[in-house]
Amino acid sequence: MLDRLRDYITKIKPNFVEGGKFAWLQSTFEAFETFAFTPNTVTRRGSHVRDAVDMKRAMITVVIALMPALLFGMWNTGYQTSLTAEWWPYEQGSAASWWYCLWFGFLRMLPLIVVSYVVGLGIEFMFAQIRHHEVNEGYLVTGLIIPMIVPVTTPLWQLALAVAFAVVLGKEVFGGSGMNFLNPALVARAFLFFSYPTHMSGDAVWIAADLWGSDAIAGATPLGELAAGTMPSASALDMLIGTIPGSTCETSVIAILLGALVLLVSGIGSWRTMLAVMLGGGAMGLLFNCIGANAYMELPFYYHYLMGGFMFGAVFMATDPVTSAQTNAGKWIYGVLIGLFAVLLRVVNPAYPEGMMLSILLMNSFAPLIDHCIVARNIKRREHRKQAACVSGKEAHNG
Amino acid sequence: MKNIELIKLPFSKNNPILVQVLGVCSCLAVTAQLKPAVVMALSVIVVVALANLIISLLRNTIPPRIRIIVQLVVVSTLVVLVDQVLKAYVYDVSKQLSVFVGLIITNCIVMGRLEAFAMSNPPLPSLLDGIGNGLGYSVVLVTLGFVRELLGSGTLWGYPVMERLGLYHIGYENNGLMIMPPMALILVGIIIWIHRTRNKDICEK
Repeated sequence: MLDRLRDYITKIKPNFVEGGKFAWLQSTFEAFETFAFTPNTVTRRGSHVRDAVDMKRAMITVVIALMPALLFGMWNTGYQTSLTAEWWPYEQGSAASWWYCLWFGFLRMLPLIVVSYVVGLGIEFMFAQIRHHEVNEGYLVTGLIIPMIVPVTTPLWQLALAVAFAVVLGKEVFGGSGMNFLNPALVARAFLFFSYPTHMSGDAVWIAADLWGSDAIAGATPLGELAAGTMPSASALDMLIGTIPGSTCETSVIAILLGALVLLVSGIGSWRTMLAVMLGGGAMGLLFNCIGANAYMELPFYYHYLMGGFMFGAVFMATDPVTSAQTNAGKWIYGVLIGLFAVLLRVVNPAYPEGMMLSILLMNSFAPLIDHCIVARNIKRREHRKQAACVSGKEAHNG
Repeated sequence: MKNIELIKLPFSKNNPILVQVLGVCSCLAVTAQLKPAVVMALSVIVVVALANLIISLLRNTIPPRIRIIVQLVVVSTLVVLVDQVLKAYVYDVSKQLSVFVGLIITNCIVMGRLEAFAMSNPPLPSLLDGIGNGLGYSVVLVTLGFVRELLGSGTLWGYPVMERLGLYHIGYENNGLMIMPPMALILVGIIIWIHRTRNKDICEK
């Protein structure tokens, strides 16, 4: 079977190289060929670190790390509906109901994922074709993350618009994957948040009312309740497991931590960034505890980890290798500030119930500056060390 | 340089906003709707054209060391006049534009043309240069006002276009980001992108 595919690809290949019938589709052909088989070309110039982890494998690892959160998100989408929908066909708590929750969530999530991939990859292929680049793998992850961080009732045309905005203006104008300074998935979410706020915040967007429509059942997220001045009605355990309303796949801390484990074991996500975000958020939470001016400030600091997109952001968004700080010391500063700003925005600014998105985007734009300062400081320190060595060397010689 | 070039060049190849990137501040602030954008554009055309003309007439009598002060006095006088006219005839728009009429005084396009052109050229070319640059500024302003009002509020000059087309019934919604200044900056970026794709010769190497 594989041999036949290989033969077929080799057979049609001449059509797509320079001078062939479909030479204008070269990038598209190349993308599918390397998707099916390991490319047989080797680097000819310059020195390269050779490693089993290439772009495709790194991206697939992240997709695998996203799977627990995605599956839990699907189940939770159904579960939230089953709690209040009158038409729910199975008895609450039965095994049939459990499976139907997953199926319902799958059917609700599928259009979001399909739209995200079709629009995003369509634009990526188009740009690669126009610029005679290879099609990049970066969108495999972005395209999955976008449907995971929006409310389940987001209208599909708005999602398509946001994806187009994020891919073109968040990424391609800067030169494609690897050149963007903002996380494209968060650009898409920010676009939705500011363009169509009624679909992205409030109480009436988080729970799907039925299988096909865009109607929703009212249900507040813990952050929404806190922004309105009441304590969250869900217990800390519910928030840890994730059986609360929220953006589709960000509610379960446990599922996200499973993903974090995959990222950390494979070495693709940076433990420094993740830990720093947690420390920053916790420190800010404790600081607010000390001030204690209102009920929100007195909230135990670990609640901030459990609510909203904090963990999802810390694990999957802040660690984006392209847009985060590159130096190790820089990652600490970058991460701590993300955590600080996220909690600060949540507690102090009632207009933005969730601060994680904005704080990551803010620090994305500061990451190059942080790196610049770290590198400059390192150069200066080495300069001093060299001079000190010269002086002491001379003294030793003279003595 | 031929006189017609003085109007044509700043319209596209040497556009004050798209190529020189001047006057961006007011261009982000007043273009959420079409009407204030058009009024602002007209005001700037009047101010920059007349200021160019007056400074060009005075250019040989202005001592170089105090020329900026003289230019400022002329520009301020014109801006105050424009402001009074707006207040008299289109009061509501004048209120919408608020400080940005007064801030034409500090608009870089005005000062830039006075320094770069009117101080060293005769009156007629200076007048044309002023009109040309004003038009170059206007074309961007009006484009932005058109797109932002249409997509952001669903109206054009206050007329509910999107509602009359019946788009709201099939699920269309206004884009809230369009009426915020950041989106104006992004739109200016997109216009510059298209402009440079069509005029490869103005791209930096």
